[in-house]
Amino acid sequence: MAKSVRTRAKSKSGSGVKKSGESASKARGKNALKAGKKKKAVRKSAKSASKARGTALKAGNKKEAVKKSAKKSKAKRAKKKKTDKKSRGGPKKVKSKARPAVKDAVEEVFEQEERRGETAETMAGRQRDISVAEFFIKNRHLLGFDNPRKALLTTIKEGVDNALDACEEGGILPEVRVVIAPAKEENRFVVTIEDNGPGILKREIPKIFAKLLYGSKFHRLKMSRGQQGIGISAAGMYGQLTTGKPIAITSRTSSRQPAHHYKLEIDAKKNEPRIIADEIVEWKSAHGTMVEIELEAKYQKGRQSVEAYLEQTAIANPHVSLEFATPDGEKKIYKRASKQMPKETKEIKPHPYGVELGVLIKMLHDTSARTLQSFLHSDFSRVSMRVAKEICDKAKLYERSRPTRIARQEADNLHKAINHTKIMNPPTDCLSPIGEEEILAGLKKQIKADFYSAVTRPPSVYRGNPFQIEAAIAYGGEIASDGLAQVLRYANRVPLLYQQAACAVSKSVISTGWRSYALQQSAGAYPTGPLVIMVHMASVWVPFTSESKEAIAHYPEIVKEVKLALQECGRRVAIFVRRRRKAAESERKKAFIQKYIPHIAIALREILELPERQEKTMVTQLTDVLERSRS
Amino acid sequence: MKKVGKKIQETAVAVRGKIQRRQKPTLSFPLRSLSNVKYRPAKGFLELKGKKKTRTLTVATVKTFAQTLRMMSQAKTLVEDDEIMTKREAYYVSKNWDEARFDEQPESDTVIDDIESLFEVNREQLGFIPEEKGGEVAGKLIVVDRDSQTGKKLQIDCTKFGSGAYSIPSCVEHLKFQTQAKFVLAIETAGMFQRLVKHGYWRKANCILISMGGVPTRACRRFIRRLADELKLPVYAFVDCDPYGMFNIYRTLKVGSGNAAHINQYFCAPNAKFLGVTPQDIIDYKLPTHPLKEVDIKRAKDALKNDPFVQHFKPWQDAIKQLLEMGVRAEQQAFAVHDLNYVINHYLPEKLRAAKKFLP
Repeated sequence: MAKSVRTRAKSKSGSGVKKSGESASKARGKNALKAGKKKKAVRKSAKSASKARGTALKAGNKKEAVKKSAKKSKAKRAKKKKTDKKSRGGPKKVKSKARPAVKDAVEEVFEQEERRGETAETMAGRQRDISVAEFFIKNRHLLGFDNPRKALLTTIKEGVDNALDACEEGGILPEVRVVIAPAKEENRFVVTIEDNGPGILKREIPKIFAKLLYGSKFHRLKMSRGQQGIGISAAGMYGQLTTGKPIAITSRTSSRQPAHHYKLEIDAKKNEPRIIADEIVEWKSAHGTMVEIELEAKYQKGRQSVEAYLEQTAIANPHVSLEFATPDGEKKIYKRASKQMPKETKEIKPHPYGVELGVLIKMLHDTSARTLQSFLHSDFSRVSMRVAKEICDKAKLYERSRPTRIARQEADNLHKAINHTKIMNPPTDCLSPIGEEEILAGLKKQIKADFYSAVTRPPSVYRGNPFQIEAAIAYGGEIASDGLAQVLRYANRVPLLYQQAACAVSKSVISTGWRSYALQQSAGAYPTGPLVIMVHMASVWVPFTSESKEAIAHYPEIVKEVKLALQECGRRVAIFVRRRRKAAESERKKAFIQKYIPHIAIALREILELPERQEKTMVTQLTDVLERSRS
Repeated sequence: MKKVGKKIQETAVAVRGKIQRRQKPTLSFPLRSLSNVKYRPAKGFLELKGKKKTRTLTVATVKTFAQTLRMMSQAKTLVEDDEIMTKREAYYVSKNWDEARFDEQPESDTVIDDIESLFEVNREQLGFIPEEKGGEVAGKLIVVDRDSQTGKKLQIDCTKFGSGAYSIPSCVEHLKFQTQAKFVLAIETAGMFQRLVKHGYWRKANCILISMGGVPTRACRRFIRRLADELKLPVYAFVDCDPYGMFNIYRTLKVGSGNAAHINQYFCAPNAKFLGVTPQDIIDYKLPTHPLKEVDIKRAKDALKNDPFVQHFKPWQDAIKQLLEMGVRAEQQAFAVHDLNYVINHYLPEKLRAAKKFLP
């Protein structure tokens, strides 16, 4: 699903995006009409279209591809138009599929199907435009709103992730307040998320919060939490769906500006904001944003709860100050443990190795470069003019040909040539790992343990995407010592709470041989003991297994890096555990010696008929002898 | 007896001396296992080879070390006071030792065995007496004992117990003997013993019958030994035909045990001979059999491989091999298949006629 994320005042893409958003829905209409002469409802044809696309792309796993591409198709349409308007041809999403191929395939399939039962006219009569919003209503589970419990978590997660991203981009140490208050009706809650970020320009507020697929982060290759987020607008929409209440936003960009208060609804058909209230209010903060959503939800404690999410967020983000008020009136404060802001991350161009054929074709089509060689050089990272020439030669293409003229077959050759050319790894300055010290600060703040260890691995690359793995272990102390280790998974500082079993991190933890690190582990399970294992993956593009961002895909490079990091942590833990065991053992021995030595002295006194005083002397002497030899 | 007390004292002095020199005290014991004995044909018993086990005081041994010393102190008191104590009683006395107490009797038994081998005496000399009695005697023997109250001589005629028998006391050193018998027949089971007593076999064969009741106790072995030595009587063993009867019962009777090898010198009857039942008897007398159990086979193979006594006597090796080949065992009561008194009327007389052919 495409992302709609709050575009902050700072965001450059401001007006451009706005326009593109409008045209996105138009474009969609056009596409739908073009395809529009098919049987059954539009939604269905959209599905079969994506099926056809799946086939066309030879996607390995067709059935799964269907769902994904059904969603993506809309995202892509919107995206394509947007990028056209922007005429920037900047870095594109890597994961999208081939566009032109799609169109062809769709039409082909439709032509074949025309000969069945209904006439083109009767079917055309039923064709309708579908908006993203409508799509969302039917497919809310894809976005993390499967059930009331998860909906609450997703809402807060979106809000907090966006707040943190905004604060960090604005260079402000984040202070975030989360309140869950019971609403008047049963099973309903009012969720409030407030931050001290740079605020949002008045004109942007309605679109950011009440229009799906509107945002600043989708079109860039940069490490940020919200890169694949579902969007606060989806949360607002869920609230609107389940309670009928609008989403309320208060935002202020500086003390010289007034605070704006909006109440917004989404017009599901048009995917456009409907403004219910727009007023200027008094607000204590000089800058920041506050979002209030009333929604149907279920508040629970435990592993996959809001509380667990916030606590884990606090661990991976020690620079954040979090405040949380539960519906029971409890107040939890996660204090800031470090004033070190995360290093600002750079946006990078895609690396040729990570680009799929479809994306390559689209980039060729969209580029502003005039020659193939300059296209390769300017639209990708790590491609020098010389390397670009080499690629062209290998593809048997003329380096001065116009990129927009490259036909499909030639593009295919070009794609193959790329993968046969040695290209330097992508730059890694786009990554901002948490850092060993900061991880330790975060862990120490939230988990009382006897031993902590953190490892930040050097950056590595999977399929042209730079990434960096960090791992940490907390051992002993107040961590429950019975049962399996607790594994905290993070992607770009965001805790992952669901789908543990499907995640590359879990797999790596299980396949690491913890027994060599003085820990217990049964086959095919996490290690046991008083252990918290934390793994963080920082990347410009975290490969999630599904749209709901819950598990990291099993790329061998990723699994390898995670294991290396865990092994390093494991070695350090082992030293600690062994040392502690030794100390305990020697303590036990000491007690043992003290228990039996007096008896030796008693026996000797009895046999030799010595005075009591001698017995005491012997105890001292014997203790001395044994203590000395103990180590 | 005074000698033992002195030995204990000497050991204690040595231990204390080490402690005063800030060294780890040690105690060394002869290793008590079959691997540390060899068969001395000239002497006729299993003798210690001299392998020693040194127990140094360390963290791991401190508990046993303390227990051994306390038990030594206990033994010294017994010797000085001319008192006796059963192994079970020793176990209960240890309950006064707080942390050093024994949890189970086998632990205290082991410590007592350690001490007796340490001083190379038998435990009776230390004042520890065994729980079990020594065995039963019937036949042409007069045992001369003393009345414990008056100290007067008592002449005990073993022919005068009717259907009962004389019990061998736990200590037999002070006994004296008079007899006209020709030989001693040591019998494994009480059942067979009773049959022979009931029918007055000792009168018929002019012998002394002794029931060992399984593996003979030390007292029983010592009793038989003294009969053999002092009265110059041959000793014949009549046991089941299985590895247990051959190597646990007969071997222990003849050459002593590996576990208490330090006392074998006194506690065995080297001139004993194996009357039966032999594997060949099973064939000759068509005895009903049972298949050898797994433990039997293991024990037989172990004897072939590790028992210095078996290794010395070729006929025994052949007998074991024959038994293993046949894969069966037979009990001494198996003769009942022919007739209840077949053993008295046929088997024993026939065997005794060829006493030279007995297995060594």
